[in-house]
Amino acid sequence: MLDRSPQETKDRSAEATRPVAFRGAGFTPGGSRSAGWIALALVIAVWQLAGSAGWVNPLFLPAPSAIAVAVTKLAMSGALWQHLSWSIMRIGTGWIIGTAAGVIVGFAIGLSTMARGVGITFISALFPIPKIALLPLLILWLGIGEEPKIATIALGVFFSTAISVYSGVDAVPRNLIRMAQSFNVPFHAIVRRVIWPGALPSILAGFRITSSVALLLVVSAEMIGAQYGIGAFVLQAGNLMQTDQLLAGVVILSLFGLVVGKLINLLEVRLLHWR
Amino acid sequence: MDLIADHISHRFGALDVLSDVSFTVRAGEIVAIVGPSGCGKSTLLSILGGLLRPSEGAAELRGAPPSGSLNPLTFVFQDFALLPWNTVEENVAFPLLHTSLGAGERRAVIDDALRRTGLSDFRAAYPKQLSGGMRQRVGIARALAVRPAILLMDEPLSALDSQTRELLMEDFVGLLADGAMGAVYVTHNLEEAVRLADRVVVLSRRPGRIREIVTIPMTRAERGTAEARGPMAALQGELWSLIRKEAIDAEREVQHA
Repeated sequence: MLDRSPQETKDRSAEATRPVAFRGAGFTPGGSRSAGWIALALVIAVWQLAGSAGWVNPLFLPAPSAIAVAVTKLAMSGALWQHLSWSIMRIGTGWIIGTAAGVIVGFAIGLSTMARGVGITFISALFPIPKIALLPLLILWLGIGEEPKIATIALGVFFSTAISVYSGVDAVPRNLIRMAQSFNVPFHAIVRRVIWPGALPSILAGFRITSSVALLLVVSAEMIGAQYGIGAFVLQAGNLMQTDQLLAGVVILSLFGLVVGKLINLLEVRLLHWR
Repeated sequence: MDLIADHISHRFGALDVLSDVSFTVRAGEIVAIVGPSGCGKSTLLSILGGLLRPSEGAAELRGAPPSGSLNPLTFVFQDFALLPWNTVEENVAFPLLHTSLGAGERRAVIDDALRRTGLSDFRAAYPKQLSGGMRQRVGIARALAVRPAILLMDEPLSALDSQTRELLMEDFVGLLADGAMGAVYVTHNLEEAVRLADRVVVLSRRPGRIREIVTIPMTRAERGTAEARGPMAALQGELWSLIRKEAIDAEREVQHA
């Protein structure tokens, strides 16, 4: 038989008690979106105050209001859309080509011994090269036009994508692949239903990196040889000492990066909801 | 359909893992494999299930699989091996997607497997939303869906807490009671082996050799009764005496490795 009793309560007649000291505080930082926005607004306010009060020379650092006016004028004149559309075309085309090639090569490296042996050697050797350094060579090969700029972006995107894809394939738990094999699931179905979704978190993390790489390269390439594009616009504004226009271009680049980041967030929420 | 381990030996590089292991799992029979840590139990199961090529010997089948069996040798994994991006229903459907079953028949098979494992109300849940016991039930439902002749179970309860283990053991006993399916049950838990198996293959420490094959002298139905507790405990004791010294040696070997 079990010796059973109800819940015991504290014996108040015994010696005085003291609480056990709490030692578990800290090391659990929480996120506060409002704190970030407040800090940003504060910095902009101080910046505006410094500009309005004449504490800083507007030639070196124009006030936020002056930058906002410059952005508005750019938008009204149509120049903003002209520059932005060229940049988007170059980024979009280069990113799609680089990503498609990177995904194919990354999967080949992740799935084939032969491709791994050859591919990793080439990627290790070529990945560290700053791709913008290849632009003059690409101009020689492809001529003066859009092709060398797009090729530079595609190259930059390709290597990071290939690395993130084969890392993602490597990270797919082997037990899931063995499970699929144990049910005689064909190779193509294992790739589609096990390896692809298993590698997707790493692939999407790669997209986040390659979108930044593409933005960096488009600006650099446009600064070297383009009439239109945000990079070309920023360079022209700098040459003419139009710092309000220059910073307007920087703000547009920042907003563009934010929008792309948000799109990738949406993609992650949609495709990785199971995490 | 019988499953035969025919003089199986295996080594990983210079490490001998299994040495000349031979036994037969007859149709509908449950064979447990026990032995000290690192004796090659899981390696042997992988070889029997065709997931690993043995260095010597072979895993063979004798006789035709039962009609309608879509995957005669079917694994139930220790870590469940569920696709985390698929729902319970999709996980159970996964091995059926590339079979000749039509959509209606597939639906019926899935419904039946979910019903038999008590998962009908959880078909839309994702693995991360389930407890360990429920996840293993999904693994069992997936295995049942392909109508196996022999289940290859690799320590299916070892990742679970003791209460869940007890509940799932009752499920196993029920699912295997009619003798329609055989099983190879790898475990380090002698109580599970005695409770479920018709015969227990006792392996020595690495390289795993067969020390003894012990027949449990009770029907599976008899083992559920109160009177069987004493004899079953005695059997467990006997099995433990067979592997105790080897288990101690194996543990020291691991610590010195």
